[in-house]
Amino acid sequence: MKSFLSIRNLSVRLKNGSPILRSVSLDVAAGQVHGLVGESGAGKSMIGKAVLGTLPRALSVSGGEIWLDGTDLMSLPPAERRRRIGATAALIPQDPLTALNPSKRIGPQITRRLVDILGWSKQDAQDRALELLGEVHIPDPARVMRNYPHELSGGMRQRILIASAFAAEPRLIIADEPTTALDVTVQKQILRLIADMQTRHGTALLFVTHDLGVVSKVCDTLSVLYAGKVVEEARMHRFFMRPIHPYSAALLAATPTYTDPTGSLTPVSQEVIDGVEAEVAQHDARRAR
Amino acid sequence: MTLLRTIFLRLLTTAITLFGVAVIVFVVIRVVPGNPIAMMLPPGATEADIARLQAQYGFDKSIFDQFLIWLSGVLQGDFGTSISLRQPVSKLVLNRLPATLELSIMALLMAVLMGVTLALIGTRFRDGKTEGVVDVTAGMALSIPDFLWGLVLILLFGVFWPVFHISGRISPALNVDFTTNFYLFEAIARLRFDVMADLAAHMFMPALALAIPLAAIVSQLLKQSLKETMHLDYVTLARTKGYGENHVITREALPNAILPTLTLVGVQFTFLIGGTVIIERLFSYEGLGNMAIDAVINRDLPLIQGIVILFAMLFTLVNLAVDMLYVVLNPRLRHA
Repeated sequence: MKSFLSIRNLSVRLKNGSPILRSVSLDVAAGQVHGLVGESGAGKSMIGKAVLGTLPRALSVSGGEIWLDGTDLMSLPPAERRRRIGATAALIPQDPLTALNPSKRIGPQITRRLVDILGWSKQDAQDRALELLGEVHIPDPARVMRNYPHELSGGMRQRILIASAFAAEPRLIIADEPTTALDVTVQKQILRLIADMQTRHGTALLFVTHDLGVVSKVCDTLSVLYAGKVVEEARMHRFFMRPIHPYSAALLAATPTYTDPTGSLTPVSQEVIDGVEAEVAQHDARRAR
Repeated sequence: MTLLRTIFLRLLTTAITLFGVAVIVFVVIRVVPGNPIAMMLPPGATEADIARLQAQYGFDKSIFDQFLIWLSGVLQGDFGTSISLRQPVSKLVLNRLPATLELSIMALLMAVLMGVTLALIGTRFRDGKTEGVVDVTAGMALSIPDFLWGLVLILLFGVFWPVFHISGRISPALNVDFTTNFYLFEAIARLRFDVMADLAAHMFMPALALAIPLAAIVSQLLKQSLKETMHLDYVTLARTKGYGENHVITREALPNAILPTLTLVGVQFTFLIGGTVIIERLFSYEGLGNMAIDAVINRDLPLIQGIVILFAMLFTLVNLAVDMLYVVLNPRLRHA
């Protein structure tokens, strides 16, 4: 299977040299959903940011390749890279409350880039936005287009951001914990919606989350990340049947289940953590040599 | 509806404020030493002359009675007669107001233009040498007061490189028939470019002197606010859409980051109007401030009262205008 996004040995460092991502490699096949799981601070979001070129200024890519649709983004000059990303990829952000510009109406926030970056006509962009808002089940899209973000609920705003992400028909979408900031009752609907949209549009999706339950519902493949290092990359089915890495197994065992809500939670044991920490240390030592 | 209510309440508080200002000014300038009558009489005037003049101007009555007489006049639009110039105060003051307004507005425009430009440059090249240069420039501009900037500018553009006029408002040789005292606005409306150029050459230095400290404040506050906004999610999202740094700063961040700056500019603009008093004196600019200083020197009590009340009205109007503008620019407040 040909991968649409292929990350090879990507390393990201803080300006002071401490590693954030340690030679990360992963592949997202065209039209497939790849989950990226790990605990907070493992560097999940940083992978997405590195691909989209939105790493915080304190971080920089110190090595590796990011192949997007057959082109290594890292080899492109910045302006060309930005244009390429804008035309082929899109982001579904984590917090819908802060991801829309509060001083702009919804309509332009969806349509402007179609006109500015992709050269669509205003009418086409307008029609496209209306169509997509309908697809994400926004009632009365024409009215919502004239609303300001503060006039809409969090769930509505996340639907709008999803519509906006699909607007330019990107071939890759990076969803960065798209349901974490939402109310639990809304989370499921949004997850369902992202999965539906992905299937309908055949977009490759890199799904960043800390929730293995979510991964099991929407992903085809996944990578488990610990301290900026991929400890296991696997196909979904195999992973849940038979995780190979001890850390993956422990993570899987730590996931609470609905079938036994009273069962006690199993934390990841110190033994497993020591093991994976040793691997990371080994990796750093190999690098240093 | 609620907007109208807000405006009405503001006008009411404005009236109360103005009354308070009137009381304080009225009492203070009568309590401090210095007698307008003494300024008018030749040396060797008799006690009888003094008493006669005092009665003529009403200074023989108690301060309270004087205030009531003055207030009843004001409520009918009569601000009294200037002692030194022997003309109605309202006419004198309204004749000079346009000059001061033009100067202040020009200074405000220059300050916003310079401040926003500096802030944008500082943000575009943030965390580098260029931002350091912006910070040092703003720090210097801010730590020197406007009247000293006035002197610096006179040295620069009046003495070493004399390209601008250092005194007055317009060249007398120009001999234009103005229908209003808004010379600059009228010149613009009548497309008299020669007059515009002459007025600008007179106004440039005093306006710049007033503008420099305000520009520094605007640039520092706006840059800080922009830098914070640049970390927000909607800015990041705009980047992933393929927009470059310049677009992201001016289109995504600026409309939101400018809001706190706006409130501050409103407050600072009133300080700027206050600054015109000394600056107009420095550049012999025929405005209200210059007249205010003459009025104080001559102990021209009615004129001082008139000018102070007018300044107070200006300040409250500016604050009201800023509040309105804030509502217009911030969609979150529009329906509230």
